[in-house]
Amino acid sequence: MADAQFEPKIIGFLCRWCSYTGADLAGTSRIQYPPNVTPIRVMCSGRVDPTFVLKALVSGADGVLIAGCHPGDCHYQQGNYKALRRYRTLLKLLDQFAIERDRVRLEWISASEGDRFAAVVKDLTEKLKALGPLQWPANWEEDGGRIEALESIVLEHEEAMEVQP
Amino acid sequence: MSTQPTASKKTAAAAPPKGKLALYWAASCGGCEIAVLAINEKILDVAAAFDVVFWPVAVDAKVRDVEKMPDGSIDVCLFNGGIRTSEQEYMAHLMRKKSKVLVAFGSCAHEGCIPGLANMSSREEIFNTAYRDTPSTENPNGTRPQHKTKVPEGTLHLPVFYDTLKTLDQTIPVDYYLPGCPPEADNIWAAITAILEGKLPEPGSVIGATTTVCDECKRQRSEKRIKRFRRTWEIIPDADTCLLEQGLLCCGIATRAGCGALCPQVNSPCIGCHGPNDEVHDYGTRLLSALASVIDSNDPEEIDRIIEEGFPDPVGTFYRFSLAASLLRRKKRSTNGNGTGGATV
Repeated sequence: MADAQFEPKIIGFLCRWCSYTGADLAGTSRIQYPPNVTPIRVMCSGRVDPTFVLKALVSGADGVLIAGCHPGDCHYQQGNYKALRRYRTLLKLLDQFAIERDRVRLEWISASEGDRFAAVVKDLTEKLKALGPLQWPANWEEDGGRIEALESIVLEHEEAMEVQP
Repeated sequence: MSTQPTASKKTAAAAPPKGKLALYWAASCGGCEIAVLAINEKILDVAAAFDVVFWPVAVDAKVRDVEKMPDGSIDVCLFNGGIRTSEQEYMAHLMRKKSKVLVAFGSCAHEGCIPGLANMSSREEIFNTAYRDTPSTENPNGTRPQHKTKVPEGTLHLPVFYDTLKTLDQTIPVDYYLPGCPPEADNIWAAITAILEGKLPEPGSVIGATTTVCDECKRQRSEKRIKRFRRTWEIIPDADTCLLEQGLLCCGIATRAGCGALCPQVNSPCIGCHGPNDEVHDYGTRLLSALASVIDSNDPEEIDRIIEEGFPDPVGTFYRFSLAASLLRRKKRSTNGNGTGGATV
C-alpha cells in the first residue's frame, strides 16, 4: 500500500487564536515543512464538529489535524476541553470502523509555537505516508456480479411468467 | 363505520378518479407493513381514495404486472426497507420508474436502520454467521447461497447479496421520507392526508417535524454535566428530570421530533429511530458531539474512563438506526485497496 510517490492530503482545522497564528509564525519564520496540509481557520477547536472530520475523510483526505490552544488557554475558556472530549470519543468510534488512530490528530499549538506546528505537520505527513491512501468511498463499491444479476432479472421474468400462446 | 356506505356513495356519485397506491418492502422486518394497518379504520378512507395496485404482503399482484404498467402510472409508492440484494435494487428502480411520488417509508428505507448495522461486517462474515457458526446451523458441506445453480431442468437464480446495505436514496431518487421505526400511525395518516390534499412539502424533505425530541419532552432540563453514563437497568429514573441529566444515554437531543417523545415519557431513553433533525448530515457524529461535550471532566484519563464505560459500543450507540446513511456508511473492508473486494463469496 505504502507508495513512495504517495503524497497524503491533510485537512487542518486550526483555531483562530492560537494554532492558526502558530502556523502563520511557521511561515513568517520560514520554517520548512511538508506542503500536505490544507489549513481551515475555525474560531475555536471546540467548533470542530466530528462531522467535519468524517466529511474530510470521506471527501478524499487521508488525515485530519485539529489544533487548538493549550489547556487553560482557550479564548472561550472551555472550547478546547470540549474538543478533547469529542476527540477521545471519536477515536473510539474510528477504531470500530477500522480507521487508524494515526489519521486523526488533536494537538495543542500556541501562537508562539511555529516550530511545533511545522514538527506536527512533518510527523503527521510521515505517518500518513506509511499508512497509505485512505480512499474511503472505495469501501462502498459492489462487485460479485451485481450488474449481471440486475440485467438477468427482466429476462427471467419474461421467461418464467409469460403465458406462451 | 356507519358513515362508510355514504362515503362510498358520495365517491361514486362525484366519481373522482381513484389514485393508484403501491407498497413494497425490501430489507426490513415487516413492522412498517403492520404500521400501515395501525391507522385502524382510516385504512377504509385510504381504500376509498386509492386502488392498491401492488402490495405483496396483502394484495395478490405480480412483479410482471407492475413491469407492464405504463411509467409513472402509480400515484404514490410507499417503499420500506433498505437495499441489500440485486432483487431489491431492481424493485427499487422499477417502483421509481412506475411511480409519480415515491416515499422512503420508515427508518430502513430512510437510513438503513437495524439491517444497516450489518455494514459493520462483510458479506463473508455475515454468511459465516448465518450458514456456519450459529448453534442451530447444520451445514456439513458448507453450502452457501449461489447466484446461479444448475439443475437438470435448467439454471436457477438467487439474488446477489451485496457487501454493503444501501439506503433507498443511495439507490434511486426519493421524493419524501417518512421517519420512524416504524412510523407512528398519526404521522402516516398525516402524510397520506397531505398526499390526498396535494399539500406536500418541498420535494426531498422529511415529512413531519423539523426540531428534536427534546422539544416534545416534558421533563425538566438544566445544565448537563455527566460524570458517569448509566445503563437503563442501573437506575430507576426520576419521572420529571431530563433522562440525560440522570446519566441515561438519551438520544433525544439529536433526534428528529414527531413521535411525541414516546420513549422518554415512559422512563425509557430515546434511541434515535427518527434519525437526525433538519440540516444534520451525520446523525452519529452530532450525537457524539453533544454527548461527549457534556462529560464533566478536563482530565484525559478520566475522560477516557467515562467514554469507555459509557459508550462500550460507539457505533451501536451513535448509529443504531443510521449507519448505512452515515458519512462512512460501513466498516472499512479488509480487501479495500487490492482490487479483490467481496469477490470471495
